[in-house]
Formats: sequence, structure tokens, C-alpha cells
Amino acid sequence: MLIPCPWCGEREDNEFTYGGPAQVAYPSDPEAADDASWARYVFFRANPKGKLAERWVHSAGCRRWFNVVRDTVTHQITPA
Amino acid sequence: MIAEAVRRSPFAGYAERFAALSEATGGELTIRVLPFATQLNLRMDPKNLSLVQRISEVLGFGLPVTPNTVGAKGDRRALWLGPDEWLAVGPDGQQDELTQALTSAFNGALGSVTDVSANRTLLEIRGAKARELLAHGLAIDLDPRLFGPGRCAQTLLAKAQVIVERRDESGFVIYVRASFAAYVATWLLDALAE
Ligand SMILES: [Zn+2]
Repeated sequence: MLIPCPWCGEREDNEFTYGGPAQVAYPSDPEAADDASWARYVFFRANPKGKLAERWVHSAGCRRWFNVVRDTVTHQITPA
Repeated sequence: MIAEAVRRSPFAGYAERFAALSEATGGELTIRVLPFATQLNLRMDPKNLSLVQRISEVLGFGLPVTPNTVGAKGDRRALWLGPDEWLAVGPDGQQDELTQALTSAFNGALGSVTDVSANRTLLEIRGAKARELLAHGLAIDLDPRLFGPGRCAQTLLAKAQVIVERRDESGFVIYVRASFAAYVATWLLDALAE
């Protein structure tokens, strides 16, 4: 699988480290959030069959974090 | 009695085998351990154009802002490592002088200069067979149209993270972390056998 680093261009996936799903919203009022909503923020993730926004870091290259949208079925990647 | 500290290249133990190999290939491939170098990690904002200008003046050439390219003049060069990160390289012994000059060029702007001279060791791989040898362990395309002179990349050589710089048509320099030197040296010698 080739992953497009926004700086270095397409590189082999073994140069990258996965950072989990992207666009997970931080509690808007953290002081008021109860245990259940914290648990939801920290541990609960959608597990779609299809497009998923993800965080990746080009760990063996420029070491920058970025987002992409990857199709979990086809592995096809589109820029976030 | 105080023992004298002697610097020894992590590749020193392989120099003879590299030399023998150059002879065996009739010069089609030479691997040479390069002398110690001044290596400084530079972090700063490239959008600050007057800062880029001041840093370029210290370096003696334009700081490369295009990803994975190298700026160079004489024996000094700067490799793009990230959108706000470079590796400045020069002859050994200029560490303090260059650090001071770059730091004063910041003139209050945010940034950092860190001496990382002992982090990586430089190995030159040169000759008609150089590209073929490296292609055994590098996934990036070394075609001169994509990776010609003046290009650099941080990538994996076999399983070791390295910086690869193309110096000219047939010459590459790889920057290898000291602790990976033995692995890279034995990998190169092994790949040559193929
Ligand atoms: Zn990158």
C-alpha cells in the first residue's frame, strides 16, 4: 500500500505509523463531561466498512502527522 | 592517568572490506566512509522570509524550501528534512562557529540549532552500480528524473532509517544513525554478493 505524505509524496506503508481515526471531537465542555462521555471520547470509535478518516505519521521520513481518508475495504486513499 | 578520548567512525571496522570491494569491482562500485562532519539540526519557520534570507546568508546559499531537496555551496550543504526542519552539514570542527552564526541570525525569531554531528555517519556509494545496489534496499524510485542530483530523502534502507542524498549522476551519500552502522554495512556487503 502506498500512502501519500503531503510533503514527501507517495511512499511505502512501512515508512508510516498509524495514529487511529481522525476527526474525533474533544468534549466541547470538558469540565462538565461525565465519565460516560469521557469514556466515549477516549475509547469508542466507529468501525465503518468503507471510508474512514485516519491519522498517520511519516515516521521513517519527514515525521509529520497528517490526515487521509482510507477505504477500509479497498485501501484506496483519498486526501482528507 | 587519563585516557585520551579517540573518535572512531562506527563504520571504521568495515573500511578495509569496502576498499577490497572497490578493487574487486574495478571501480564500478566504491563505498567510502566519509570523514566526520559538522551536522546541525535547524528548526525554524520558512514562512518568515526575512529569517530565511538571514539564514541563507550564513549558509552561503539559499535554504532549500522544496521538500526533499538539498542546497549546497562548496563544502557546506543543507538538506530539507521537514517543512520546518533542515540538516546543515559542513566540514568537521565548524560546530560551534556555525551554531553561533545561525543562532544569531534568528535575531529573536523562534527556532533552534542543535548539534547532531554524532548522530549520523556518512557513507558515500559511488559508481555505475551504485543505484542498482541501493535499489535492493530502498523503496523510493532512484530514477534521475525523479531523484536526480540535489535531491534527498529520508526513508528506509532495508530496515534502517537513513537519509539518502544524490550528490551527482553516479554518487550517493547515505546518512546512517551510528547504532545502525554495523547493520547497514553488513547489509550492503551482503547485497553486493547478489
Ligand atoms: Zn513525509
